[in-house]
Amino acid sequence: MNDLVHVTIDGRTLAVPACTTVAAALALDGQAATRRSVTREPRAAFCGMGVCHECRVSVDGRAHVLACQTLCRDGLVIETGR
Amino acid sequence: MTADRFDIAVIGAGPAGLEAARVAVEAGARVALIDDNPRPGGQIWRQGPNAAPSASLRDWLRATGPSTNLDVMNATKVAAALDDKHLLLERDGAPALIAYSKLLLATGARERVLPFEGWTLPGVTGAGGLQALVKGGMPVRGERIVVAGSGPLLLAVADTAQRHGADVRAVIEQAPLARVASFVASLSATPSKLAQAVSLARAVGVSRYRAGSVVVKAHGAGRMEAVTVRTRSGDKTIEADRVACGYGLVPNATLALALGCVIDGNGAISVDEHQRTSLPDVFAAGECTGIGGMELARVEGACAALAALGAPVDARLVQQRSRWRAFAARVDRAFALGPAARALPPASTTMCRCEDVSIGEVAAHANWRDAKLLTRCGMGPCQGRICGEAAALYFGWPRVVAREPFAPVRIETLLAACDATGEVQSSGR
Repeated sequence: MNDLVHVTIDGRTLAVPACTTVAAALALDGQAATRRSVTREPRAAFCGMGVCHECRVSVDGRAHVLACQTLCRDGLVIETGR
Repeated sequence: MTADRFDIAVIGAGPAGLEAARVAVEAGARVALIDDNPRPGGQIWRQGPNAAPSASLRDWLRATGPSTNLDVMNATKVAAALDDKHLLLERDGAPALIAYSKLLLATGARERVLPFEGWTLPGVTGAGGLQALVKGGMPVRGERIVVAGSGPLLLAVADTAQRHGADVRAVIEQAPLARVASFVASLSATPSKLAQAVSLARAVGVSRYRAGSVVVKAHGAGRMEAVTVRTRSGDKTIEADRVACGYGLVPNATLALALGCVIDGNGAISVDEHQRTSLPDVFAAGECTGIGGMELARVEGACAALAALGAPVDARLVQQRSRWRAFAARVDRAFALGPAARALPPASTTMCRCEDVSIGEVAAHANWRDAKLLTRCGMGPCQGRICGEAAALYFGWPRVVAREPFAPVRIETLLAACDATGEVQSSGR
């Protein structure tokens, strides 16, 4: 069994296996959309490999971080744009 | 900011870049291996909570682990190519500067994703995109999934999803059945690929594979609920939680284009038999030089490293390279995009996901530049990597050179670029 790490998504704490990507953690959190587009459409991770930027979130106060290319570690604070 | 100096800078830590780095490190060169993912492996050897390093990656880690002349820079983007063989990087949000004698591009490929109605709904992803997300720990257990698009990757994606508990409802391939069948027959030339295809087909189930079909619409409110598939006998709607759709791969040649390397008609970096690009001291290997798969990428990586070291390339490698290039050509012919995949979706369909610009709005303009200036398509954070490829396919518009920074970076990184440019110029004088 993998070790668990604890992250915060929009204020709620979530335990996920170590080495989980932030994109996967957002899916584990159960919300379909993780961002709103410029016309307020719901969006979520799309390309999965750092190209499309649809999965961008704030991580530890840094805006525009790609969730699909970021690994969860203990204490990470994630804020979505949904 | 002072630059770290390297004999060889390898960009990309997939099969080509890893092999190139290993060969160069074993020859004693000081090597930087730069990749934007958090861990090495590229797309094919991606590690995750449920995906232990593959045997090949473990071998690589064991071989290079003790090397003091290798600097592996994960989570590192190339922000800009500066004069005088310098690269400005952003590593975990902080700027870094390196200088190289030889540059080896192993930037791989990305998926060709094409618009269809509803493709912006959460639940719609690329095909390889879904595989990457699942390897990263995204749960799909109990989800109904349709895999669509084109190419041998679709079966591998379906297999990965299934292994993680998904219910794969259908695999939708745009190529006609006759072409897929003759491709399968040609696999006798590459027994390892034949064995792989047979085991994947068995795992996924041939009855779920539908050739000559394309996805035309994802339905749902707030997230995907169903998908409409167009076959020769008409449209059919399948209830599903996800659709993973990708039409093959396109070379990642952004950095090469910006450096001024010659690019071929397929968007790949042109290289000679020594993996040399059109620029002195710049080499390229793997899928950025043409889509060819992992085996070819590794061989090319080794060839490129030897060439960069000024060492002779051994005949066995050259022979392997020809063999895998022939295989790549067969894949390319079998899965060439047909009229259904190239058909323009309805005008109201979103084309630019970053700026929410529709196909109709883009189509009203004569060229990519006008469309960008007047609609903002391709002006968002992905810098047209998604919609630019669709525009090239639908309208035949040439791909444009990306401007620096090549990816959105922090203002601190740009400030570092100003300092670095001054230093690089003065040191060059």
